[in-house]
Amino acid sequence: MAANPRIKLPESAKIGEIIEVKSLITHIMETGNRHDKYGKLIPRDIINLFVAKYAGQEVFRAEFGTGISANPFVAFQMRVPGPGTFEFSWTDDHGVTTVATAPLALT
Amino acid sequence: MRDQARITQFDRRQFLLSATAAAGLLPLITKAAHGETALERSRQFEETFAKLTHGVTPVSEKITVDLPELADNGNFVPITMTVASPMTDADYVKTIHIVSTANPVALVATFYLSPVNAVARVQSRMRLAKTQDVIVLAELSSGEMLLSTTKVGVTIGGCGD
Repeated sequence: MAANPRIKLPESAKIGEIIEVKSLITHIMETGNRHDKYGKLIPRDIINLFVAKYAGQEVFRAEFGTGISANPFVAFQMRVPGPGTFEFSWTDDHGVTTVATAPLALT
Repeated sequence: MRDQARITQFDRRQFLLSATAAAGLLPLITKAAHGETALERSRQFEETFAKLTHGVTPVSEKITVDLPELADNGNFVPITMTVASPMTDADYVKTIHIVSTANPVALVATFYLSPVNAVARVQSRMRLAKTQDVIVLAELSSGEMLLSTTKVGVTIGGCGD
């Protein structure tokens, strides 16, 4: 289960400025290699896709494997093309997508 | 005179003792030195690497990867990848792949970039099952591929059992 999506943006930015965008979501990222206390294999359950959009346009995408840590964190750069809102989505192995949005404050 | 003789005898005994100890340690030292030179790479790594490079020979330049030299906890290893690229429509980084040489699953992650990113820098956190080389591959819009190899020592392995 994915929970508590977080987006970290600069407090404000100018059009044309390069900003850093950070994202994090609470998720176990179960590898499928671990066994429970009865020796049964715990099935794989990870966030396998992360997509970031800004003003409706895709600006960054990540495909995660089991080698990404629990509570997957990713940070990327973007040159601010104009006013807009970020829309982040995280999709897990069950096809469930968690969405979070955050507007970018412009100065 | 007598004293000197005793000293000589003691030195010889001491020498024999340390020689025996050194002989005992020798195989261990040789093993460690061997580990330094050739880190084993999984078959899955070789297959994944061949698929990602699809016949292009990557060059080791314009790419910087920050990873700790020694990771205390293999479940949680911060990684920063930077490619020196103008990130213009004519010349930009399309994808960055993290490939592990010794994890159960070789392909750790793929990041997709475009000129809107302006700076080709991505940060994440990864798992390392044991001490190994971490390979980062970047594919440019020109089709050229860049490669970086970083050895990371792992104290406690990640990736479950």
